Amino acid sequence: MNPFTYTRAADPQQATQATAANASAKFLAGGTNLIDLMKMGVERPTQLVDLNRLPLAQIEELPNGGGVRIGALARNSDVAEHALIVQRYPVLSQALLAGASPQLRNLATTGGNLLQRTRCYYFYDPAFPQCNKRQPGSGCGALNGFNRIHAILGQSEQCIATNPSDMNVALAALDAVVQVQGAKGTRSIAFADFHRLPENTPNIDTNLQADELITAVDLPALPFATRSHYLKVRDRASYAFALVSVAAALDIQNGKINAARVALGGVAHKPWRAQKAEAALVGKTADEKTFRAAAEAELAAAKGYKHNSFKIELAKRAIVRALRTVAQMT
Amino acid sequence: MFAQKISETAGASAPASTAKLPLRLKINGKDVAVEVDTRTTLLDFLREDLHLTGSKKGCDHGQCGACTVLVNGRRINSCLSLAIVHDGEEVTTIEGLANGEQLHPVQAAFVEHDGFQCGYCTPGQICSAVACIKEGHVKSDDEIREWMSGNLCRCGAYPNIVDAIKDAAAKSA
Repeated sequence: MNPFTYTRAADPQQATQATAANASAKFLAGGTNLIDLMKMGVERPTQLVDLNRLPLAQIEELPNGGGVRIGALARNSDVAEHALIVQRYPVLSQALLAGASPQLRNLATTGGNLLQRTRCYYFYDPAFPQCNKRQPGSGCGALNGFNRIHAILGQSEQCIATNPSDMNVALAALDAVVQVQGAKGTRSIAFADFHRLPENTPNIDTNLQADELITAVDLPALPFATRSHYLKVRDRASYAFALVSVAAALDIQNGKINAARVALGGVAHKPWRAQKAEAALVGKTADEKTFRAAAEAELAAAKGYKHNSFKIELAKRAIVRALRTVAQMT
Repeated sequence: MFAQKISETAGASAPASTAKLPLRLKINGKDVAVEVDTRTTLLDFLREDLHLTGSKKGCDHGQCGACTVLVNGRRINSCLSLAIVHDGEEVTTIEGLANGEQLHPVQAAFVEHDGFQCGYCTPGQICSAVACIKEGHVKSDDEIREWMSGNLCRCGAYPNIVDAIKDAAAKSA
């Protein structure tokens, strides 16, 4: 691991001043991804700004009806088992509990999870010469390499990596809002605008600016999210990243779908909000035929590679199964 | 808190040398005050600096759980956490569970149910199991399996590990 200066931020302003002054400084929260990447030599910060003592771990109701604010330092384990989350947003609780292991969830934070980096083998191991995300302009090793875990939606010829987070998929479905604080002040980022598609700059994962610190994630009120579900399909029953995952919520009245939220994980460079599927669901009868049509609509634009084309049909079936599960909830 | 204040270092270029900072911890009930290279993980600190070699380095990437210890009573992967981050906290390792010669109930249950073969993953399994029982995630075999999934056992002692945890949980209830 490269040497670095270690500092503890006394408040968010101090933290952002440090990263504004040093472009190769990094914030340290749970560290479950950053420390690992530093061991691999993928990340080589000259300064770590430890955020762990900042008072940003609360989970509380938002004023004006029904929403919840999750502090950026709230640990994944605490969010998953918090009564407000379990009762109002079961899809988020389920997504968090489907991720990693209890030990990792005790360290991992909400803000850190948002910034989790891809597990693409070609990114994660600098022994591979090609990775546009790690080394812009070097090419994409996965494009013609082993690409079983890679993207089928929204990818570019520059990068076919996927976002590995489960939490992010649920937050996409819930239309979360990311609260950030920078050297110049605070701002709110709609979840759909937080993560990026790779296009020609896959080295940039998110629209967060270098000095900006995530302070909280807000969940707007969504009464029908009590009827929601997270389905994760993976190579073993637990403790593995998703091949495909689905976060789904349905508002069903008298058998008809009034509103729908669907997001996919494991298929794209960002948590994939399935707006085409949602549009195909609204106003229809909540049945198998409707669910399959919605899945077909979303995956119509999907493109597979040598080893991951199976994900296209897998994603369709996962969408149908997740929607069926939600529809059968009483 | 002994870490350098941000205001003293902001704007300065990073030093090329390794940095040591003071670290105070309570480990298995004993106070420890040392200087530590900031790059040292909690696992390396326990094993190399304090010679508490019970916690094992399996994968060193948070994928196997052999390094599991309790920090302020919660289980974590000590390989993915810097020691310096835990300044002022309480760490319990496998060496700190027994009461003198009397095994911790979870240790005794692992012996009774033969919950290991080679033993390399066992310190992590037992620390994880102690937390799993305290968390209350032991209501069924399936729940134990899911909440112990962060601890791999390449000898495949899983059925006996589940039996040991179930037994220890029942006795502690």
